[in-house]
Amino acid sequence: MEHYNMNLTLKVWRQKNNKAKGGFETYKLSDISSEMSFLEMVDVLNEQLIREGQDPIAFDHDCREGICGTCSMYIDGKPHGPWHANTTCQLHMRAYKDGDTITIEPWRANAFPVIKDLMVDRTSFDRIIQAGGFISVNTGNAVDANAIPINKDDADASFAAAACIGCGACVAACKNSSAMLFVSAKVSHLALLPQGQPEHKGRALNMIAQMDKEGFGSCTNTGACEAVCPKEISLENIARLNNEYLGAGLTVNN
Amino acid sequence: MKWSEFFTSSIGKKFVMALTGIFLILFLIVHVGLNACIFATWFDSEDHGAMFNKAAHFMGANWVPRLLEIGLFAGILLHIFQGYALEMKNRSTRSVGYAVKLGNRGSKWYSRSMGLLGTLVFLFLIVHIAQFWVPSRITGLEETIIDGKPYHDLYRRMIEVFQQPWVVALYLVGCASLLFHLLHGFQSSFRTIGVVNKRYMSLIQATGVAFSIIVVLLFALMPISMHLGWVK
Repeated sequence: MEHYNMNLTLKVWRQKNNKAKGGFETYKLSDISSEMSFLEMVDVLNEQLIREGQDPIAFDHDCREGICGTCSMYIDGKPHGPWHANTTCQLHMRAYKDGDTITIEPWRANAFPVIKDLMVDRTSFDRIIQAGGFISVNTGNAVDANAIPINKDDADASFAAAACIGCGACVAACKNSSAMLFVSAKVSHLALLPQGQPEHKGRALNMIAQMDKEGFGSCTNTGACEAVCPKEISLENIARLNNEYLGAGLTVNN
Repeated sequence: MKWSEFFTSSIGKKFVMALTGIFLILFLIVHVGLNACIFATWFDSEDHGAMFNKAAHFMGANWVPRLLEIGLFAGILLHIFQGYALEMKNRSTRSVGYAVKLGNRGSKWYSRSMGLLGTLVFLFLIVHIAQFWVPSRITGLEETIIDGKPYHDLYRRMIEVFQQPWVVALYLVGCASLLFHLLHGFQSSFRTIGVVNKRYMSLIQATGVAFSIIVVLLFALMPISMHLGWVK
């Protein structure tokens, strides 16, 4: 692929802290290489801001190889930017051309309050996991991986759901700020396996109770979450979560 | 878990929406089927609405449909109130909106507009009930004699009402709103009640699209046919 340099205009959401009123700031960037990653481009801008004695833009990032779920920008109206099934850190500047204007916003949801600039607080996801996204096993030697036979289709579906990195793009894209795709992935990958069975009723009930408590909206099956998910988590998982929740809610004996 | 907790959880509320929605979908089959009796005149020139008037009479004269009618009104009201409650709750989850919106890149416009489409259907229903249900059940209608017995002439009422162009236009807006409400609602309700199986889900999706289009086309054909004199 041919290398080229470009000049860009960036409109970035700046907000000092959770209480402050934020707003867009416009920045000019020149000579950005098409071979940079999107976050490297923001790094260049931050270096520029530091040299000018300004406050650099705060944004989340960690592994920068698309597997940790930390990066989070809402780029030109789409979580993680224009590419399909991709995280912001894996977005590269060859997606843009000279003279482009790029608008960057934080995830917007009351359950994800802005900490600063493009950083949001996603600990609500941690609390949902704590409410039931686990299985209880005895410690000690690791058991034989093949001790319990598992149907290949179920294992594959479970693995596909387990690919969720908990980035929150689903919440950011959903018109209801619903966390159902995330919760459904976390419930599904355990519910599909025999190891997840002993706790499956309580898991669905407790995780949904926590999700509601955190102030996420409810699912209206629009499919926006699935369309923007960097790990292509399927909407089918939401139906499975509904199934798990209704099954548990209608049959628990307490 | 208390029942109250179950039905007030986010999924519990959606469960109520889905069940009432499916109930209303079933009602549409009955409604469109009975009303399609007006087209009997195309197959029997002596009909003059007799088959339709008898069918309409059956719906009012028998305790089974009368009981279902109470359930229907309850179902509609529950669907409406729960729908608005969910819409308001969902709208309150994002105090600061986006400058650039995702729009149609992630979902269909009608999937995101169920509140608006439902409101249009609801407004249409008010006019529709005032035009037909109220005179038929409460204030009374002119009678016609079929096979020596008196029947409410609901058929004549339809022809009169649909002479007004604005009424026909209003019914077509109502039909269009219902079409898009159903295109999303039909398949969404089955997802909400937990249909995971891919084979059944694709069957449901195809059925949903066919159902929405066929039912709405038949409904839309009624005011059009009567206005243009295809059904006299």
